[in-house]
Amino acid sequence: MLKIRNLKVKIEGKEILKGVDLEVKKGEVVALMGPNGSGKSSLANTLIGNTKYEAEAEELSFEGICLLELKPDARARLGIMMSFQYPVAISGVTVREMLLASLRGRGLTVSALDLKKQIAEEGERLHIDEHLLTRSINEGFSGGEKKKLEILQMRILKPKLLILDEVDSGLDIDALALIAKNVVEMVKAGMSVLVITHYQRLLKYLVPDRVVVMKNGEVVDRGGKEIVDKLEAQGYKSYE
Amino acid sequence: MSKKTDNQTLPEDKLYPLGHTDDVEYSFTAEKGLTEGLVRKISSLKNEPEWMLEIRLKAYKKYLEMKMPTWGGDLSPIDFDDIRYYIKPKNQEAKTWADVPEAIKNTFEKIGVPEAERELLAGVKSQYDSEVVYGSLKKALSEKGVIFLSMDEGLREYPEIVKEHFGKVIPMGDNKLAALNTAVWSGGSFVYVPKNVDVGLPLQAYFRINTERAGQFERTLIIAEEGSKMHYIEGCSAPSFSSASLHAAVVEIYVKKNAKVQYSTVQNWFKNVYNLVTKRARVMENAEMRWVDGNLGSHLTMKYPSCILAGRKAHGEVLSIAWAGEGQHQDTGAKMIHLAPETTSQIISKSISKNGGRATYRGMVHMVPGAWGARSKVVCDALILDEKSRSDTYPVNKIQENDVVLEHEATVSRIGEEQLLYLMSRGIGAEEASTMIVNGFMEPVVKEIPLEYAVEMNRLVGLEMEGSVG
Repeated sequence: MLKIRNLKVKIEGKEILKGVDLEVKKGEVVALMGPNGSGKSSLANTLIGNTKYEAEAEELSFEGICLLELKPDARARLGIMMSFQYPVAISGVTVREMLLASLRGRGLTVSALDLKKQIAEEGERLHIDEHLLTRSINEGFSGGEKKKLEILQMRILKPKLLILDEVDSGLDIDALALIAKNVVEMVKAGMSVLVITHYQRLLKYLVPDRVVVMKNGEVVDRGGKEIVDKLEAQGYKSYE
Repeated sequence: MSKKTDNQTLPEDKLYPLGHTDDVEYSFTAEKGLTEGLVRKISSLKNEPEWMLEIRLKAYKKYLEMKMPTWGGDLSPIDFDDIRYYIKPKNQEAKTWADVPEAIKNTFEKIGVPEAERELLAGVKSQYDSEVVYGSLKKALSEKGVIFLSMDEGLREYPEIVKEHFGKVIPMGDNKLAALNTAVWSGGSFVYVPKNVDVGLPLQAYFRINTERAGQFERTLIIAEEGSKMHYIEGCSAPSFSSASLHAAVVEIYVKKNAKVQYSTVQNWFKNVYNLVTKRARVMENAEMRWVDGNLGSHLTMKYPSCILAGRKAHGEVLSIAWAGEGQHQDTGAKMIHLAPETTSQIISKSISKNGGRATYRGMVHMVPGAWGARSKVVCDALILDEKSRSDTYPVNKIQENDVVLEHEATVSRIGEEQLLYLMSRGIGAEEASTMIVNGFMEPVVKEIPLEYAVEMNRLVGLEMEGSVG
């Protein structure tokens, strides 16, 4: 579904990804691990089309469609969604307004009232204070609330590929379990996940089919979930 | 003397849907330029009492003596000798919709007046050039004793109330443009709300400039007696003429003890208009005045709605939005003069500049000795949408009393690349995403204006944002 071959990415002229190969198949959970600064988040941002990242690749495609020339909104409409590590606040825009525009941008007919109900239901499942849902998006939200709101959006937008960028940072263990549970449900329904983390704890709840380890902009290891245990024991030192 | 406007050669400006013009016959059109003879002529055409003529003549002298403001925007392109200071439409204040001439109806159709009528908004007073040609006053209002007339009618029917209040909040010598307005004023509204009366529905006025080089010098006087409550709405649109038009209005408001007044403006003059307006309210004990001011159009606007907080616990507010697009300078702000103890004020100013537009915030908070316990909060947020555009903030605080609180916050931001990415990453196109961000930025002020205006403002922002994102 997602195919990456020899992806090189520069930011302000500086090369940060030095030829990465990666594949995520339908319904698969792939963990992308690595220390800080290894290029994991750059890869995620490249996938959603953040224009700060200048990308070239032999192949960067989603369901056979080349992504390289597509803007972020076009990629989203193909079914790619990222849960941001640091979701930004947007004054005066509520999550409902944003989702309404998102769904309608996909050519769907959505009633504002139905969407309101759906948001309320999902909010309840995720234990999000209902007052937050009528406020400006992410404005004055705690770190955990922001992450939950990203997951709420996933529940409603139903992406084919979810990129979880450091979703576990700033989350308590209950919130982490709740988020993982919601993601796992979507995986069972066929969603693929690229989960980016440098900790192991999330992967206890969201068990990866495959693990890819990056360091200094390159893939340094690939394998099954046994890699997680290895990292748990030895850290990233073994790749030095 | 009658003149027909010529709309055959006017370019259709698709960016400005209200930039249309209509054929209207004028029964009197003044020669260009201002003379004492013209001031006398205006007064005599209106059959005014002698004392009003005297005020006009005194103001005319002041106008000649005073200097143009040298701060703010560039006023040098205005050729004061090339302006018609008075135009009287042939059709005098029609009383019912059926009496309104077809050409004027068409204009109102385009700017939405009939809808306002259908929606049973309170009495609609509409200014067409220098006179009110159509207006209806709801029966309910007159039963409450509320007076809502054109200023000309107000002077004819209630000369003693006008005489007592006219030019007292804004003296003729306040500034050169206020002096000019006082000399040649025509039209505007006269509103009187008796003691303890709540007007309920907002009172609306539509203003339009419809003749090339026709200056508009409306004069509005609002008196809210003790314990009364009212909301006045002023909205403007002007057609697309090529030469500069001058608009120099004066609005004076009395908010007496325990009264509450809101004055909302959506200003959308065409981009050749100089909009130089003096607006001020005198707010008495425990009374509240709120100015909500949206400036979208004009070439240059200089407008700083003010509150003189003259009674204990008086409260003043200014909520304003300025949109400065290509070729526009919005020099706007607010003034709060705290003269009494425990007076409070709040200024929230938001500006957006784009395509080389310039937005300036100019504000003053003055707390005099003896205004103990006064509090004021000033928030200025500027959003700059591209490299060509500009925003400046000039706050002045004059604090002459110790026991006061003054807060000031100011932010300047560029449209967030991160915000744009966030919305786009949810599947929203760049243009729509930018519009959402801008509308969201304006929201705290827009939500204070009536819905139909809010919708119009959001729509205008949408139009302005079209094609702005690559």
